[in-house]
This record gives sequence, C-alpha cells and structure tokens, in this order.
Amino acid sequence: MNKLVFLEEKATQIRRDLLKMIVNAGTGHTAGSLSNTDIMTVLFYEVMDMKVDDPDWEDRDRFILSKGHSVESYYTILADKGYFDKEELNTFCQYKSRLIGHPNNKVPGVEMNTGALGHGLAIATGIAKAAKMSKKDYKVYTLMGDGEQAEGSVWEAAMAASHFKLDNLVGIVDRNNLQITDNTERVMTLEPLAEKWKSFGWEVIEVDGHNYQELIDAFSESKKNNGKPTLVLANTIKGKGVSFMENKVEWHHGLPSAEELAQALEELSSQKEVKQNV
Amino acid sequence: MSKTANKKVVCQKLIEFAEKDSDIVALTSDSRGSASMTEFGNQLPDQLVEVGIAEQNIVGMAAGLAAGGKKPFITSYAAFVTMRAIEQVKVDVAYSNVNVKIIGISGGVSYGPLGMSHHTLHDIAVMRAIPNIKMVMPADRYDTEKLMEELVDYQGPVYVRVGRNPVEDVHKSADYEFKIGKADQLRDGSDLTIIATGELVSTALKAANLLKKDDLSCRVINMHTLKPLDEKAIIKAAEDTGKIVTVEEHSIYGGLGSAVSQVVAENHPVPVKVFGIPDEPAVTGYPEDIFNEYGLTPANIAEKAKRMFN
Ligand SMILES: Cc1ncc(C[n+]2csc(CCOP(=O)(O)OP(=O)(O)O)c2C)c(N)n1
Ligand SMILES: [Mg+2]
Repeated sequence: MNKLVFLEEKATQIRRDLLKMIVNAGTGHTAGSLSNTDIMTVLFYEVMDMKVDDPDWEDRDRFILSKGHSVESYYTILADKGYFDKEELNTFCQYKSRLIGHPNNKVPGVEMNTGALGHGLAIATGIAKAAKMSKKDYKVYTLMGDGEQAEGSVWEAAMAASHFKLDNLVGIVDRNNLQITDNTERVMTLEPLAEKWKSFGWEVIEVDGHNYQELIDAFSESKKNNGKPTLVLANTIKGKGVSFMENKVEWHHGLPSAEELAQALEELSSQKEVKQNV
Repeated sequence: MSKTANKKVVCQKLIEFAEKDSDIVALTSDSRGSASMTEFGNQLPDQLVEVGIAEQNIVGMAAGLAAGGKKPFITSYAAFVTMRAIEQVKVDVAYSNVNVKIIGISGGVSYGPLGMSHHTLHDIAVMRAIPNIKMVMPADRYDTEKLMEELVDYQGPVYVRVGRNPVEDVHKSADYEFKIGKADQLRDGSDLTIIATGELVSTALKAANLLKKDDLSCRVINMHTLKPLDEKAIIKAAEDTGKIVTVEEHSIYGGLGSAVSQVVAENHPVPVKVFGIPDEPAVTGYPEDIFNEYGLTPANIAEKAKRMFN
C-alpha cells in the first residue's frame, strides 16, 4: 500500500478510536488530540525507530508528549501499535486505570509523566544530552502546544538545546492557534513564532501539520547533523477531521453527545473514502 | 441541601467589588473558563489581565501590579500556581509583603482523573512554610462569600484554595461569624473533636452525625484558616474533649493533621487521628472514588474514631 494512503487511513482510524474512547470515558481533551493526530501518526508509524515487544530497547527513538492533555491520541496509537491491549482503552480515566488523563509511564511505550505544560522540552533536552554523552544515535522528539509556548521554561530549554548543539533533538509545535480561552494571539501574542525559535539558534521548518509528505520531509531534514536542534512548526487545525469541532475553542475539552459522536465517526469514514477515490 | 461551587462565588464577589473599585484587577492564566471568570472578563474587560499559560509570570506580575498600587486577585489552577510559581509566591509576594490575593482553583483532587500533575495535595504544607502569607480554605458558599468580603479590605498576601465541584452547605444561613484566623465551631460536643478544613468539612459533619447514633458527642470545627492557625481553639478542644480527629483533602504530611498535632503535642497531648491522602501519587478517578479509596468518608471516619475509645 502506498505510504501516504496508509498514514491517512491510520490517522482516520486513530481519530475514530480516540473519539470513542473519550465518549466512553465521559471526559477528555478532544480537539487538541485531533489537531496532532497526523503529526503523531507520522512519527509513530513512519519516522521513529522503536520495538513494540521491547519498549525499553536502549536505542529506541524517544518521544515526550509535552502537551500531555492530548494523551488520547497517544494512548490510542500505543494500543494500536500493540504496546497494550486495545480493550484497555475502555478504562481511560476510570478509577485506578493506568490510562490516566495525562501520560503515565507505567503504560508501556510512555517515557515520562507529563501534564503540566512547559516541561517536555527540558526533559527532551536532557535525554538528547544523555544520548550525546553516551554516543548514542537515537533521536528525541517532543510535541508541544502553541498556547504552551507562553511558559518561560520552554525558552530556558530552547536556549540550552542550542547551546549544547543538540541536533538529535526535534521539537514540534502544534500550531493550531487556539488554547482553552481563545485564539493564542488574543491571549498572549506568540508571533513571530518562527523568528523566535530561529533567534534561539534552532533550525525551523514550517509545514502543514496535516500533510503527511511535508511532515515526513521535515523529519528527514531534521536528521542532518548540523549542530542545531530542529523545530517543526506544524500549522494545524484544532479539532481537525470533524467539521463541527474544527477551530472551535469550546471543543478543547468538549464532550461529544452520542449523536455528535455518530456524526463525527461518519464524517471521518467518508473523508477517507473520498480521498481513496481520488 | 443546596450545592454551589465555591469558585463561582469567588467570581460573583470579584465582579461586585471590581465594579466599585477600578483598582481591583483579576489575573488569569488561560484559566478564565476553569475559574468561572468568563463573566468577569465580559463585564470588566479592562480589569482583567490575561497572561497566557505562564504561572510564574502571573504571580510575578501580580506582585508588580500590587507594587504599582493595584489590588490584584490571581485566579489560576491551584496545582500550578502553588508549585510552578512557588518561588514567585515566596519572594515576590510574601517576602516583599505585597497585597496579592491568590485564588487557587480546582484544588485537592478536583481533577481526580487527570493524575498527580493536576492534583493539589501539597499546598497547605508549602504555604504554611512561607512567612507572611495567610492560607484559607472555605468550606461552602457562605464561607467563600464572607471570606471574599474580608479579603477585599485586607492588605497583604493571602492564598485561598477552592475546589472545582459544587459543595454542600455546612452552614444553614449566613448568620454566623467568619473571621480569617478564627476557627468556626459548627457544633459543640464533649467526647471528641473533629477538625476539618475546606470542602471535606461536610464529610466531618456527617461523621459526627453517625457518631451521635453511638452516643458519642462530637465537637466539629471548620478550620477554614490554615495560617494563622487558631491554636486556642485546638488547645481548648484537646482540653475539653480529650480526643481529636482531623480531616483534609491534602497529604497527611504537612497539612492540617500535622499542624494540629504540633499544637496538641506542645500544649496538651491527647490522641490525634489524621485523615488525609497518604504519601503516594493519589489513585486516579473521580473525587468520590479517591475519597473512598483513602477512607475520607463519614462511615470510615466514624468507625476509626470509635476505635479511639477502646
Ligand atoms: C502548567 C500548566 N498550566 C495550565 C494547564 C492547563 N491547561 C491544559 S491544556 C491548556 C491549554 C493548552 O493549549 P495549547 O498548548 O495551545 O494546546 P492545544 O490543546 O491547543 O493543542 C491549559 C491551559 C496545564 N496543563 N499545565
Ligand atoms: Mg493550541
């Protein structure tokens, strides 16, 4: 099967599964997960090197979900890849489930616990530094939100990563222009965001965060060892794939009703068919 | 029994005060909806400062606003504003002793299913160890309303923790005295005193009701102010009733139980039994599940309290 068609189908399935999981749990961060599903799908099914039967394999590429509230996309992908049984997704956010509402590293495949924003990049910078110190070739990826960019700790780590010339580190910003309250620029101006990262010494690659080829190209580009960390600025749509959720701030942690879920699932399957017929 | 979320009362009162006093400024950190502050933003947009997801900055800026003559009220997630920003709280607010009010919202295990990053079970311990700052945890909407009325005229740093969910009233009406630093005795008794704080005061009252059926007479104290602690009320409870039980939505380390034990041990040693969250990442689930897990229920508290008489 064509790689891009495969990724498209996978992402659609992940979106469907995560929506079902959220409705089943009765809670969740809906739109942010849909926003980054394509990025995560490309990373987990195309870019990163990992062994499902050996989650602690020492040469694995590392992934840190800095925007921990988008854990729905993460758990759904890990289950689909076989890190744990898909049935377990039904326990999401339930009493004593290890599938907590933010990444839990008791779950196979999850490296570190996150949930408080602005932590992932510093952790990823530390892992990337460790790789350099032990002469390991693995890469470290961390996915951040755009609202999250307001946390000062992001920029402390950004400074350190370029200071330590961590070209084995890739930061990704899910640039969906929304946070909980409103549009990011109305809450706290981020622009010019690409220039900020460049001025911190990062290689910046701007892509359409829903275009699989552009994402794949950006991640290959990041592999050239030029002594600089890479920032993939991924322009996305919050709520991507579900018409009534797209670009709607209230879907940040909105919970779909049964009818809304049915409509969302239908939209997601018909989009796939349309694309395949093209 | 009526149920209201304390954070809603905070917002109503802030609108009321801010309409009359343009120096009152509310600060949010992408926490407007979560703090029920959307209405404040709609009605008084010029008195709301939104800093984005930046808890250190919200506290630092509030200190600066206060230094510049404003009366800042921070309304931000309790979990982050009392940890991420704790140095700003300690140095910028408490040490410089400026007039900043910090309202920590969705505290305790309000965000139960979201895990330890979002639980706030450390704030009593942290805040009590910082000089100059007071800490209050209102039990119901009446407490919250009276607290806000006192805060608006009070000069100096205060941290307030409220939960996310609607809570039962522990008072029948607003007809009682509320004062920061003064224990609120809800019921008198002679065999045992239950001292509780925050949104578990209602649980303590129910435990006292159960004990009454066993002919045990319980004094119930709503210790809304964690600092300054009403030591006199604690010592008197030890003297009068000889046994003390504490109840809190906080780690058993450094919380109300620790504070009460210290006062009791130094002044009038009597048995103390502490109910809180043990030293582990709290189990996840809805708040009720978590309270059940750790025995923060009327039945368990009453049962264990009875054993103190064997
Ligand atoms: C330190 C910290 N502060 C606040 C929050 C609460 N919070 C969770 S998600 C969120 C908004 C995130 O927006 P963004 O980074 O743009 O992510 P998106 O969902 O849009 O991808 C906030 C404020 C948090 N998790 N951590
Ligand atoms: Mg965003």
